[in-house]
Amino acid sequence: MINKIVASVEAAVAGIEDGSTIMIGGFGGSGMPSELIDALIAQGSKDLTIVNNNAGNGEFGLALLLKAKRVRKILCSFPRQVDSHHFDALFRAGEIELELVPQGNLAERIRAAGAGIGGFFTRTGYGTELAKGKETRIIDGKGFVFETPIHADYALIKAERADRLGNLVYRKAGRNFGPVMASAARCSIVQVNEIVDVGALDPEAIVTPGIYVNRVVRVSRAATLKAVA
Amino acid sequence: MKKLTRDEIAARVARDIPEGAYVNLGIGLPTLVGNHLPKGKEIFLHSENGILGMGPAPAPGEEDEDLINAGKQPITVLPGAAFFHHADSFAMMRGGHLDICVLGAFQVSVTGDLANWSTGEPGAIPAVGGAMDLAVGARQVFIMMEHLTKKGESKIVERCTYPLTGIGCVSRIYTDLAVIEVTAQGLVAREWVDGMSLEELTRITGVPLAAPQRQAIA
Repeated sequence: MINKIVASVEAAVAGIEDGSTIMIGGFGGSGMPSELIDALIAQGSKDLTIVNNNAGNGEFGLALLLKAKRVRKILCSFPRQVDSHHFDALFRAGEIELELVPQGNLAERIRAAGAGIGGFFTRTGYGTELAKGKETRIIDGKGFVFETPIHADYALIKAERADRLGNLVYRKAGRNFGPVMASAARCSIVQVNEIVDVGALDPEAIVTPGIYVNRVVRVSRAATLKAVA
Repeated sequence: MKKLTRDEIAARVARDIPEGAYVNLGIGLPTLVGNHLPKGKEIFLHSENGILGMGPAPAPGEEDEDLINAGKQPITVLPGAAFFHHADSFAMMRGGHLDICVLGAFQVSVTGDLANWSTGEPGAIPAVGGAMDLAVGARQVFIMMEHLTKKGESKIVERCTYPLTGIGCVSRIYTDLAVIEVTAQGLVAREWVDGMSLEELTRITGVPLAAPQRQAIA
């Protein structure tokens, strides 16, 4: 019997190697898998490349992974926030590499990786310094920039509900990068508030089918809220 | 001459948003437009983090960590709202499905180039978010900004000196002094505040402004 459910967050992040590229879901704190990140910090892998919309904020989740100096490089669209002090300090000290990616390119490059697409032309960024050195093409009179896929070794994702097959539904805007990241990583690891029986999730409403998911661990939302507070 | 307040600029922008429009309000000043949308019209607010049908801020104590806007402030959703993942959300933005986006700006050029993501200062931490996607993707890009910098320099310029967000993407500029349209023939002043002549507005702006029909800004 297939069972992707693991017993603990420690088991969920077991085996993540030094030098891995890890996608982390979330938009700010919304949808951020903080408990999986805490487990990754404890697990000890280093020299990581992280893909996230932001670069951590406050004193939880991704910010703590950066603070622990485990991240070599980050790909994100919006590192600067009022409380992104851990990233800011590392960046100013030259201790972290930043690849700044327009947010739509970030999402689409991740989607492209998951869909087996070798790259795409987009109007976003044409003529700006974020397109410097990239291939461009004029299509129907408009300038386009060639962007390549972003693949990952692992994805850490937060969803609301899963079954043992790894089928997922999310919670409100906490969905954000979860579905595309799940498709783009070699091993997708998901924390969920609730685990339900196979068949309990409406097939019409499943957002991420289990084919994209490797490991599921239950972390109740009550525990999550307590951790943030 | 009486400059418009930030809320008055927001109200002026809101008047140009028609019933049924799908609209993205950028972070910062444009967020104010949401407070001035006419109550009787159905207008759909899009948030880049995967929401259509965004509503106002929740009552204190009703905040939900999974209901935030692009500026990461707590929001609500209206009946009929939808959630979707990030690639879908940006497909809406980049695929020309949004009728209007309202963005702030550091500079707008006479040809509608936009600079709003970086001042290019050494040591500054860059952040672009969804600005470049909105600039090229929305059918109409409205800019909402103060007419002048704190130093008194015009933010409407011949050529942007700050790093560009998008080329030739701006449709209309709403400031505390005027409403200016970007056309193929150049900038056209549509409205400006009482007590100011077109000559004075042109002098302050520092670039040529046509004005086929002057209207008092309301």
